[in-house]
Amino acid sequence: MGDFFTNLDRRWIFLGMGIVVALPMLLGLSFPEEPSDMVRDVFAAVDTLPEGSNILMAYDYDPATKGELEPMAAAFTRHCAKKKHKLYFITLWPAAVPMLRQNIDILESEFGDDYTYGENYVNLGFRPGNEGVIKVVVTDLKELYGNDVNGQDLQKIPMTRNLKNIQQMDLIVNVSAGTPGAKEWVQYAASKYEIKMVAGVTGVGAPALYPYVPAQLTGLLGAIKAAAEYEQTLIDAYPEFAENPATNEALRRMGPQLIAHIYIVALIILGNCIYFTDKRRGAAR
Amino acid sequence: MKRTVPLCIAALVGFVLILSEFIPFAQSWGRTAMIWFDILAAFAFVLGGANLLKIHLLKISSQRVGWGYSVITVAAFTITMVIGLGKFGVTPSESFPQFTWSGDYLQDGSGFWWMYQYVYLPLASTMFALLAFYIASAAFRAFRAKNTEAIILLVTAFIVLLGRTYAGIWLTADPLAWLGQTLYGDPQALAMFRLDVVVEMIMGVFNMAGNRAIMIGIALGIVALSLKVLLGVDRSYLGSEE
Amino acid sequence: MTRSTSHPQSSRLAVLAVLLLTGSGPLAAAPPRPPSQVTVTDLPNDDGTGLVVRWNVSPDDKPDAQPRVVGQYDVERKDAADKNAEFELIGEANFGETSLEDKKCERGIAYLYRVIAVGLDKSKSEAAMAAKPVTGVLQWIDGTRLWFGLIGVVVCGAVVSFIRIAQSGRELKIRKIAGLEAVDEAVGRATEMGRSCLFVPGILDINDMQTVSGITVLSHVAGLAAEYDAQLEVPTSRSLVMTTARETVQAAYLKAGRPDAYNEDNVYYLTDEQFGYVAAVTGTMVRDEPAACFYMGAFFAESLILAETGNSIGAIQVAGTAMPSQLPFFVAACDYTLIGEEFFAASAYLSGEVHQLGSLKGQDVGKLIGGGLIVIGCLLATLASLSAEDGGLSGAVSYLKDHILGDGGLLP
Repeated sequence: MGDFFTNLDRRWIFLGMGIVVALPMLLGLSFPEEPSDMVRDVFAAVDTLPEGSNILMAYDYDPATKGELEPMAAAFTRHCAKKKHKLYFITLWPAAVPMLRQNIDILESEFGDDYTYGENYVNLGFRPGNEGVIKVVVTDLKELYGNDVNGQDLQKIPMTRNLKNIQQMDLIVNVSAGTPGAKEWVQYAASKYEIKMVAGVTGVGAPALYPYVPAQLTGLLGAIKAAAEYEQTLIDAYPEFAENPATNEALRRMGPQLIAHIYIVALIILGNCIYFTDKRRGAAR
Repeated sequence: MKRTVPLCIAALVGFVLILSEFIPFAQSWGRTAMIWFDILAAFAFVLGGANLLKIHLLKISSQRVGWGYSVITVAAFTITMVIGLGKFGVTPSESFPQFTWSGDYLQDGSGFWWMYQYVYLPLASTMFALLAFYIASAAFRAFRAKNTEAIILLVTAFIVLLGRTYAGIWLTADPLAWLGQTLYGDPQALAMFRLDVVVEMIMGVFNMAGNRAIMIGIALGIVALSLKVLLGVDRSYLGSEE
Repeated sequence: MTRSTSHPQSSRLAVLAVLLLTGSGPLAAAPPRPPSQVTVTDLPNDDGTGLVVRWNVSPDDKPDAQPRVVGQYDVERKDAADKNAEFELIGEANFGETSLEDKKCERGIAYLYRVIAVGLDKSKSEAAMAAKPVTGVLQWIDGTRLWFGLIGVVVCGAVVSFIRIAQSGRELKIRKIAGLEAVDEAVGRATEMGRSCLFVPGILDINDMQTVSGITVLSHVAGLAAEYDAQLEVPTSRSLVMTTARETVQAAYLKAGRPDAYNEDNVYYLTDEQFGYVAAVTGTMVRDEPAACFYMGAFFAESLILAETGNSIGAIQVAGTAMPSQLPFFVAACDYTLIGEEFFAASAYLSGEVHQLGSLKGQDVGKLIGGGLIVIGCLLATLASLSAEDGGLSGAVSYLKDHILGDGGLLP
């Protein structure tokens, strides 16, 4: 038995991980989430804005990070739509264009009665240039964006006709998977021009942004746990969301996350037991 | 001469761009240089693509070990390029209906969109998901309590792993509330020791301090290396000394 | 018997009256009163194409006015020298704002500005004119970057000085870096086992310093591979990196006296896409089973996939990166890891050249400055927060944050 564990084929570990992630998903295992102060601050930043405020939805993530960031982005989209804010979708990542599309699908399918393209939301799409794009749109948006993603002239779209730059935004909501992303939005837009901003990032990227909270960044959602807490806050504030299974994507993922973390802790303990056993065996010889 | 010219170009352009940071008149030069670089990279992209095709076609023709993968690579490359450039399934844009190819290449329902949604997206997500499996095997193999630092690392890992889930709250919220109530008459008195709160402190204080120290060192390393490259002291990126 | 409800003539008059009263729409509100005291000054620290327009808000622009009267301010300008020039709109400021920067002036041209308050109903006030035309002034030096320049000169000066000191023959103590010491061992091991070496120069382009540093390590590894007659494979994620790597490897083989052993097809381009690249590289690793794997450059999420795959095939792995988020994965999974500046020191360390080693000491001066600023800043901030008076200490902290460390200093 000891030899089995000492020379354990990693494929057993992979199988174990597969089971601990799949089973909770299939069984629908979920746990209550208690929102942290940071999550509450992010929620309040969106919720306390007057109805019809201008929100820049800067979504900078790709399919690889969709699993971790899509629930965050969708929660932001639903929350802003519930408050009937005016949404301006934009991205700095070429691979994020379909991500914007998916969030717009949420608006069209769930808030179609209240949301009309061009009057309540607009999709500006992607422009190359990384943080260079931010530096330009923060003073003159139409220098880079003459048309929206469908090729329509921004001068002909009601909500962008008088849009000079993103300083007219009441809030920047950024979901980012890396660079360019939240840090660049903070450095070149939120901090410099004092535009209120909240961000959602991956767990790995969150520590680099903590220094910006709360002076430059009103709040930060880090990793899928924060997304789950945000969804919980949203459901607590607007119980009608609980009827829509799509609104608790992150909450559903916390079940597998918990079991997977416990599995990793168990693996570490097992690995150390094997290590000390082998050490003692070696010393005995 | 072969090495002198690139050295001179590197030095001249490098120092000019450094000075341009301080001279308002020249501050846009950096952006221009990046555009030049993007143009160069675009040309080099063609070179890279051609090289990719050459290597794989050679592998197929000589039927070296693994040539089957080369067939898949070349086929995927060709199909993607043809469907993307040809804009198969793309309807004309509403603003320019008279032009057949005016629609966006990633338009919903187009051939390229289909490949993106049903081939690229699942593949990219799968590769990213591999990390979960690999972190498990890395944790089993590498996290051994060999010395004091390793023990501290392990304890921190346990705190963060548990604190980032409901387990952290379940393990510590009620016991600490009971203890706080018993010792101080306030259930929130010991709330700072809850695992989820400790995790925030670890990430926000210790982890961030370490990150910042590493980043300062990295920035200085970049300065020193860049200076050596600009001054021509370090020429190894150009090849040998001769 | 039926009767009409009203006389036809009077109903026509009634309709006409209603139309007259309502057809013109709601009674138009009076336009807002104009702003005042419009002044224009040069935008400091620019190239002469910027001017700052300032004004006092319109008397109707009250923060608590319900309903709001003023919606925005239109700022217009014209070329003062051109008699036929018309005023053109160059920018809009929100209500409550009192300034606007115009960064699209032409150097040498005097502009005359005026500011108009615009109501929510788009009605416009009279224009408030600036007293006289103003021309932008070119500043040759951006004064806000002086601290940045000073610290840069000190750090770079220290690097150059230590290079000179090293060249003069003085011995400099440099600590051993295990990862770099292991490079020779790794290539030797691969040669003994008859297996290849794999070198991954990261996934960013050649304009990133991590890639440049990776290429300098590649030069050394290629030289060793040529000397030991080991096969070296270098899959790249960018075309420019491929061309640079080819030059580097070829030159290294030439220097080792083995130009015939160089095969350019061993340095090849895969794809720019992150996970496509790592899928191809890990596939190569599993099939070819290299004995030594070097990961030297910028990596993102694929770092652990590479390292774990290398581990599974039993390769000796040496990694080096300046991505703080990926360092833990490399440290956990690789045999040796070069952390941050150790990676940038690699080219100096591997070359063994004294003048390059001198530059490593110069970096330490930069660290002393950084450490000093941190200690002084923390001390000042702590004392300022403990001090009851809001005076010199707070001012010193603000100066440190805004001028030395902030937007005016080290931040770009």
